[in-house]
Amino acid sequence: MTVLDFEKPIRELERKIDELKELASGEGVDFDEEIRKLERKARRLQVEIFSDLSPWQIVQLARHAERPYVLDYVQFLFTDFAELHGDRRFAEDPALIGGFARFDGEPVLVLGHQKGRNTKENLLRNFGMPRPEGYRKATRLARLAARFGRPVLTFIDTSGAYPGIGSEERGQAQAIAECLETMAGLPVPVIATVIGEGGSGGALAIGVGNRILMLQYAYYSVISPEGCSSILFREPTRAPRAAEALKLTAGDLRGFGVVDEVVLESPGGAHRDPARTAENLGRALRQHLAQLRALSPDELVEDRYRRFRGMGVFEQVE
Amino acid sequence: MEGLWTKCEVCEEILHRPDLEQAQNVCPRCQHHLPLAARARLTAVLDRDSFEEMDGALGPLDPLTFSDSKRYRDRTRGLRKALGMPDAFVAGTGRLDGHPVAAGAFEFEFMGGSMGSVVGEKVTRLIEKALEKDAALVLFSASGGARMQEGVYSLMQMAKTSAALARFRRGRRPYVSVLCHPTTGGVAASFAWLGDVILAEPHALIGFAGPRVIEQTIRQKLPDGFQRSEFLLEHGMIDAIVPRAQLRDKIAQIVGLLGP
Ligand SMILES: [Zn+2]
Repeated sequence: MTVLDFEKPIRELERKIDELKELASGEGVDFDEEIRKLERKARRLQVEIFSDLSPWQIVQLARHAERPYVLDYVQFLFTDFAELHGDRRFAEDPALIGGFARFDGEPVLVLGHQKGRNTKENLLRNFGMPRPEGYRKATRLARLAARFGRPVLTFIDTSGAYPGIGSEERGQAQAIAECLETMAGLPVPVIATVIGEGGSGGALAIGVGNRILMLQYAYYSVISPEGCSSILFREPTRAPRAAEALKLTAGDLRGFGVVDEVVLESPGGAHRDPARTAENLGRALRQHLAQLRALSPDELVEDRYRRFRGMGVFEQVE
Repeated sequence: MEGLWTKCEVCEEILHRPDLEQAQNVCPRCQHHLPLAARARLTAVLDRDSFEEMDGALGPLDPLTFSDSKRYRDRTRGLRKALGMPDAFVAGTGRLDGHPVAAGAFEFEFMGGSMGSVVGEKVTRLIEKALEKDAALVLFSASGGARMQEGVYSLMQMAKTSAALARFRRGRRPYVSVLCHPTTGGVAASFAWLGDVILAEPHALIGFAGPRVIEQTIRQKLPDGFQRSEFLLEHGMIDAIVPRAQLRDKIAQIVGLLGP
């Protein structure tokens, strides 16, 4: 089990509660009062710690080893999932998954970055860092969704597209660019949700939605805090400062108007209660999808264009 | 070395500046393509006196109140004074061999040609103008990618410009993208690699990730010529490599062959 530094005091109290409960059942002693007190204390402590998280702590939560990934949300929110593989050009990329499934009984396309839970899985999933083939698969499936009139729901969770020799040989930048343009022109509803890490262009590639949602403790940034720190502050150890400077939290992005809705996670973060977090996410997706279903194909493309066309701040200089 | 003389960074030949400018900043001895300023590039390619600049007064704000060794605001103001332009991109309309074109070029000297809100907005307006005026689109990229100092706003310019191109394809005029040294990151991974025809100057560094990032990730030295124009041509990622002196004719030829 992975426990982050700032989670430790809460976990410590919970461990004590478990001990007391065990003791109570073993020796038949009544610790109910004591247990209730500790439980209240643990809840209060969690609220206190989580109401004042730094951007860097939020980045840690977004990367939490036990955080639910796209395939977990597929389990919770969709039925009849048919995963489809391959870009038809070169390879299958398990770092970006896709397939059709039913959401409230209606067929949709699901796309998302997928990380692994252990070393073996991460070797397969490349830590959720897609190669060009992942983006070409996403493009291929998005076109399929357009042809069959299926809404597209994407789930963003990557530290970034994979920077390697093969990636460059096979056109990583071209693959991402084509994914962006393709998604911009889809005549179906598109909702993108940042569920964990929103790491630069490799995240945005599947992020061109009519709506952009973000989980409470996800982050979305032009560059990783570590990357920003080593370029601008000349050393990677100042990542916490970079995380703050980049304004990458869900609250920041909601404030910028880049994100339409911040979806609340379970208390203590999505990994504490994935089912409850999925329930919140499902509710938000349902509501936005219903609104978008009222638009015609042309209106959907236009709506998405307006959504991104308005992004940016500048002034007229004299 | 200041003033009238400069040195080629590759062959170390001492070069006479006026001659160098005459040759569009290409070393006469080794053919190394030195950086070329945005306006010089556009003037060299477009028909004489045909260029009309658009949005020349669009300048950056500082939405993150970003500060590293210097405040972002001070950095951009300083560069505006030094370079005589408020941001890293020059755009406008003109003619090329008589064809109407909307053309733009990066100013690499301005924060490494990085794309923030101003660059993204100017590129987008230029694409919209090309569609509206039924003109061909010609973009010269030279950029390290998205501008960190404007955070997620910079990232979103990738989506904005790519979405504008999706609309541009409704028209029947071509988009010729010219990749110059260097074109990487968020610019490479959006409009720069979305040309109907993609040309590159010789030996330009072009790719998604910078070589340093790749070396750190894979923990090995990269082979010579990796991510250079010649490497990309060999891997099928660009249409042609065109020396600077021939760019005007090549772009005009393509616009003539593809335009309506
Ligand atoms: Zn030379």
